[in-house]
Amino acid sequence: MSDSLDVYLTLSGILFAIGTFGFLARRNAISMLMSIELMLNAVNLAIIAFGSFVEPLRADGSVIALMVMAVAAAEATVGLAIVIAIYRNRRTPLVDEYDAMRR
Amino acid sequence: MPRSLLNIGAPLLIVGALVSLPVGLAFLGVIRFNEDLLFFLLAEVMLLSGLLVVTMRDIIRCGLAMIVCFGALAGIYVIAGAPLVAAAQVLIYIGAISVLILFAIMLTQTKDAPASLVFQTQALGAAVASVILALIVVITVAATDWGELGTRLHTATDALAQVLFRDYVLAFEVVSVLLLAAVIGGVYVAKREEGGPP
Repeated sequence: MSDSLDVYLTLSGILFAIGTFGFLARRNAISMLMSIELMLNAVNLAIIAFGSFVEPLRADGSVIALMVMAVAAAEATVGLAIVIAIYRNRRTPLVDEYDAMRR
Repeated sequence: MPRSLLNIGAPLLIVGALVSLPVGLAFLGVIRFNEDLLFFLLAEVMLLSGLLVVTMRDIIRCGLAMIVCFGALAGIYVIAGAPLVAAAQVLIYIGAISVLILFAIMLTQTKDAPASLVFQTQALGAAVASVILALIVVITVAATDWGELGTRLHTATDALAQVLFRDYVLAFEVVSVLLLAAVIGGVYVAKREEGGPP
């Protein structure tokens, strides 16, 4: 079972779908950021699986996964800073109450 | 009394079901008694805690379930033969990003936040869309020939370092500049302005 690329890619696809659901359905801005982290992790799992089963990608897979982790850390930093800055003005973490650009 | 019994019994029941399913499958001969058993266990822990992250009401518990999900994923990386990435996963995701998210939760949640509605009105549509997305991915994976080998390749750390600091050294430097810019930008955005709202 753990010797098949398809199993890893299926797992990654299901985790990505869970993250998509969280991003579309949750009301809390930080929940949406956590769902984005889930989706990034799913993509990382797919990259690692390719690096581990396809010979020409052997070390490149790990390198790309490390790059994705660094970019995810940068994204989390800036995203949470934006959420905290909005919270300071609007006093709510719920995204459906952020309507300043719709009025 | 029944409530405390439920608080102890329900987690025990869930853990028992999680452990007994792969072991039972192994005894039935569906999966083998080697890394497959561990992989199955880690995969179900990862998927279950991922579902808990997007469905639980209390957002602090969502953050803690996210840590469990990342830990199980690190175990899967070890089984897939990428131990350095697993170590980086533990350090960066469990050690840094999760703590950052937990602190942001504590800074932004009001007392009545768990009592209010958790999902938006389009939650049902989102559920349908994500199930369709998962189905499309699974069908595509099953239908495509990726040219893969039948066995896993182990990525040695010294070979990884050779590739990282020879072929990808420009990307490495660009990522370090990106991290610096993100740190400065994060501090600037989250900084309290003089005379602004407290």
